[in-house]
Amino acid sequence: MSRYFQEEIECMPFEKIKALQDELLPKQVRYVWDNVPYYRKKMEAHGVTPDDVKSTADLYKLPFMSKADLRDAYPYGLLAVPLKDCVRIQSTSGTTGKRVVAFYTQEDIDLWEDCTARAIVAAGGTADDVCQVSYGYGLFTGGPGLDGGSHKVGCLTIPTSSGNTERQIMFIMDLQATILCCTPSYAAYIGETLKEMGYKPEDIPLKAGIFGAEAWSEEMRRDIEKTLGIKAYDIYGLTEISGPGVSFECSEQRGMHINEDHFLAEIIDPKTGEVLPEGTQGELVFTALDKKAFPLIRYRTRDICTLTREKCSCGRTHIRMTKPKGRSDDMLKIRGVNVFPSQIETVLMNKGYAANYQIIVGRVNNTDTFEVKVEMTPDMFTDNVGEMQARRKVLEDGLRSMLGIKAKVTLVAPKTITRSEGKAVRVIDNRKI
Amino acid sequence: MSVNQVSVFLENKPGTLNKLTEVLATNKINIRALSLAETSEFGIVRMLVNDVFEATTVLKENNFVATLTPVLAYAIADEAGDLNKLLQHFTEANVNIEYMYAFAGKTRAYMIFRVNDTKKAEAILKSKGLKSLTQEEIAAV
Repeated sequence: MSRYFQEEIECMPFEKIKALQDELLPKQVRYVWDNVPYYRKKMEAHGVTPDDVKSTADLYKLPFMSKADLRDAYPYGLLAVPLKDCVRIQSTSGTTGKRVVAFYTQEDIDLWEDCTARAIVAAGGTADDVCQVSYGYGLFTGGPGLDGGSHKVGCLTIPTSSGNTERQIMFIMDLQATILCCTPSYAAYIGETLKEMGYKPEDIPLKAGIFGAEAWSEEMRRDIEKTLGIKAYDIYGLTEISGPGVSFECSEQRGMHINEDHFLAEIIDPKTGEVLPEGTQGELVFTALDKKAFPLIRYRTRDICTLTREKCSCGRTHIRMTKPKGRSDDMLKIRGVNVFPSQIETVLMNKGYAANYQIIVGRVNNTDTFEVKVEMTPDMFTDNVGEMQARRKVLEDGLRSMLGIKAKVTLVAPKTITRSEGKAVRVIDNRKI
Repeated sequence: MSVNQVSVFLENKPGTLNKLTEVLATNKINIRALSLAETSEFGIVRMLVNDVFEATTVLKENNFVATLTPVLAYAIADEAGDLNKLLQHFTEANVNIEYMYAFAGKTRAYMIFRVNDTKKAEAILKSKGLKSLTQEEIAAV
């Protein structure tokens, strides 16, 4: 049993990673210049040509890409190969109204699946495992990404996709699934349901979970680990860059290793665009070093995190990123204060509630209204009205001290908060700004 | 004997109480007494039903949060002054009432009390000759 999927790459000494990136980047920049007129125009406007990029040290000279570019160039404007060379598209859920369509050649799919395979092996996966993929299949990258990785590792793959929780549980129990891949909110939901059905953690065959595609807190991790009796691993990615597996957690769980042979990471000051030194918090920016169909350069993720190259005792040498504090897409500005859904989750879990909540923001007379709906649980319910109101107040006070602004907490009936593709709808912003 | 009251959490919006009664109706559960406590955000339905086990099971299946609360039920004469007499005993016994509700039967009236210490209150009132009703007696009313 190997601890790594591609040991030579994953444990490559730093000098060799750097040499590889120095070799790949200039080639990739020239490839994009030659094949993507949209980005070439951007480079020209920026006064930079491929000749100016001789190594990763010259990366800062290149212009950024953002979601706005993806929108402007939709659907084919960023494609670097003829359509006949593409074998797949994937797309984001478009819940924020900005649907991304990304293209893949077979090589792109292969390198992406290598990345998810590395994540599965890092979570202890081997060919002996039964890996249930409960991420949505289809346009969403979660299902296809982990499915491909699971095949590469040689796990018996159960492609349940998301939804139909009873069937999920039937497969977990009947086929003795050992690894579960899904969104953390869906993992929590499956856990809740198993608990309701009377299963104890020791009755559940799962040993590991690979959870990503939405922000989740350490408290939620501990909760899921306890209910399912597993070790829960974080995985990170974005459709624009490939999908889940851009980075993943190892057994040390001290940040996620970025697959640096394919993806070059930088941290920048989101206001000025200036590159920040290692260890400084800022916005994460990715350059795909060897993707063919949809090769983005210096793509701004809007994710706020920190990078570290400190030695990891798992043996992997690739740079690690901290769990993003939240995507700036997720970040809300309410009454001038930055609010991340993950902060609200932390308060709920600390006060003994499940992480089933929804944030509703509105605007009345130019003032933001801020409501947090929280699903009732049998543990939190009492027949006493005064006690119920006191418990609600505890939540409101907790949110106020965490966020610095007042939120109205509404207790709602169980299972009333919308879940789509296993991804909980956390934020409803009704403000017309 | 105290009686098990079913307490159910309801959101304060149109249709939620109806959804509850629909679940009970479908499962042929008869409500013997019902009271609704409301706040601006949520409500708590308190009720006595003919089949407590069945009621809590079907409510849970239909995603309601429900809990059982022990309450004391007393039958009194359906005539002026009888509740007053009953409550005098509560006062003398120093029993604090959290909430109460009532319903009238064919011949008698039934008073349901939630008190802070159910066992203690029941024992004191019993020593004064007041016998609380059992689950079966309430179901049979």
